[in-house]
Amino acid sequence: MNLRAIPFSAWIGIAGIAIAIFCALFAPVIAPFGERDVVGDIWLPAGGDFLLGTDNLGRDLLSRLIYGARTTIFVALAATVLSFSLGMILSFTAAVMGGFVDQFFSRFNDLMMAIPTLIFALVVLAVLPQHLWILILVMAVLDSTRVFRIGRAVALDVAVMEFVEAARLRGEGSTWIIFREILPNTLSPLLAEFGLRFAFSILFLSTLSFLGLGIQPPAADWGGMVKDNKDGIIFGISAALIPGAAIATLAICVNLVVDWLMKRTSSLKGGRGDA
Amino acid sequence: MMESGPMTGPVPTDGTADGAHPRSADLSGVPAKPNPADAQGELGGTFWRRFIFRRPLAALILQRLGLSVGLLFAVSLMIFGGIEALPGDFATTYLGQSATPQAVENIRKDLGLDRPWSERYLSWLGGAVQGDFGTSWASKNSVGEQIAKRLGNSLFLAFFAAIVSVPLAVGLGMLAVQFRNRLPDKIINVVSLAAISLPEFFVGYLLIMFFAVKFGVATFPATVYDSMSFTERLSAIALPVATLVLVVLAHMMRMTRAAILNVMSSAYVETAELKGLGMFRIIARHAAPNAVAPVINVIALNLAYLVVGVVVVEVVFVYPGMGQYMVDAVTVRDMPVVQACGLIFAAFYIFLNMAADILAILANPRLRHPR
Repeated sequence: MNLRAIPFSAWIGIAGIAIAIFCALFAPVIAPFGERDVVGDIWLPAGGDFLLGTDNLGRDLLSRLIYGARTTIFVALAATVLSFSLGMILSFTAAVMGGFVDQFFSRFNDLMMAIPTLIFALVVLAVLPQHLWILILVMAVLDSTRVFRIGRAVALDVAVMEFVEAARLRGEGSTWIIFREILPNTLSPLLAEFGLRFAFSILFLSTLSFLGLGIQPPAADWGGMVKDNKDGIIFGISAALIPGAAIATLAICVNLVVDWLMKRTSSLKGGRGDA
Repeated sequence: MMESGPMTGPVPTDGTADGAHPRSADLSGVPAKPNPADAQGELGGTFWRRFIFRRPLAALILQRLGLSVGLLFAVSLMIFGGIEALPGDFATTYLGQSATPQAVENIRKDLGLDRPWSERYLSWLGGAVQGDFGTSWASKNSVGEQIAKRLGNSLFLAFFAAIVSVPLAVGLGMLAVQFRNRLPDKIINVVSLAAISLPEFFVGYLLIMFFAVKFGVATFPATVYDSMSFTERLSAIALPVATLVLVVLAHMMRMTRAAILNVMSSAYVETAELKGLGMFRIIARHAAPNAVAPVINVIALNLAYLVVGVVVVEVVFVYPGMGQYMVDAVTVRDMPVVQACGLIFAAFYIFLNMAADILAILANPRLRHPR
């Protein structure tokens, strides 16, 4: 790939994602204080010892932001990877098998999508016990409905191509056709979709945490930090806005990269380059 | 959020392959296309066939209506029955880990959980149809009464958000098409891409910080009472409405732009261009009539999203609506409230999607005769 062909906006996105991942990986090394240590007075202004000030319990905001990157990115990434594996396997199976399997999966998927994601999550999380893996699983299953729909549409497009028919006539099995014929040819649009879903997962996780149903305290995560500090807003304390800005920045960065990936695939198809 | 980001860009006009919402789910046993008559008895079959022949449009609309009702029924089954199937016991989670078996047993009896779930489902559904959703576990109040009060508040909020955002989004979308690939379009594109990525609560708190705290021109929290006058209510909901508009605007605008561009890249518009017609005339006379259907679709979809977006915004602004009610109920695991709110939100979502479907059919005659 030609590095020069990457537009400036995509570079910004890549840089932003790289910084976030760096913070997530080396959190204990670069964070000035511990994740749960109370180090000062509550809601100290930014500056001095505490670069971004302190939060509602007197913990260092910058340190929590860095540790929060770890939780937020890990959970969002795990949910996205899981939802993709689930959605793609099911959708490709549906597209290749056709007939009853396809009908059954598709109709069930339609049913799942008839309930708004957030509402569905609220209903399910009201019943299930609060564990991290349950949260990841719920996010993944709800998200995989979207992946299924796109995966099936893309796979159906490819499945009617001549080379797939040739493979069938050669006598290849379904597994070969799914992994060797269809997957490589759908990788590019699905990669863009992966980015989109990842950005969505970050926002969704933050929303759940903000509502108090996502990651439970005292673990730091960006949505939960907004919830912790929201009472300060009335007094003009901007501690809640900083993690909010972090969520927004990361989501924007991912979207910038996705935008470029999407343009790239649409120009490969030789369209007029709109949309 | 990003239910339908740029990936679903051009809104399909054939009404089958949309990415963002439920469509053509043949759940009620009505086949979407060829001969609905086959599925039914001889007598009903001929009647239905004749009806389709005489009134194709009415038949199509009736079909969508039936589909939506069937879908809603399935959703109610899922919200009630699916939850029963999940591991975990209401009574235990409700009381906490350390509850004694005797206490758990008592509360099960108290809440009627000792009856079989099919029986409870039927009585729940029967009540729900009449607007009776049982009593809340936490406050022992009637859920239906609370919802009646709060649903009005939520709809009030969503209604004003829709009134502001729809014309704005369509206008900006057309502006972006008019100046395609020039500076205004690029600015709109970048700003809307950023706006899509902002979480609702961040936008909300940002607005509170600036307009309520720094400048003091708006009120926070946005509580409304029964005794408030209409204008007082309006000023109370100014910030929540602004938040909802900002959240939904970017999305709606991008989709509008994509829908109009899709029409603009068709052959007859190119012909009009080559004939030497002015840009405005092309848009007004040739593109707009054909873009109406997709744009209406976009609007209805975003209104459906608005109904859900209300949840977070209400929590941020401490607004006494359905969303706040549901979130509070989820935190204390008050199942009757959660189920009732879930069903009502799903109902709005499904019926707005259906409205999008029907309006698309009305606006585009080609959809009346599916091939």
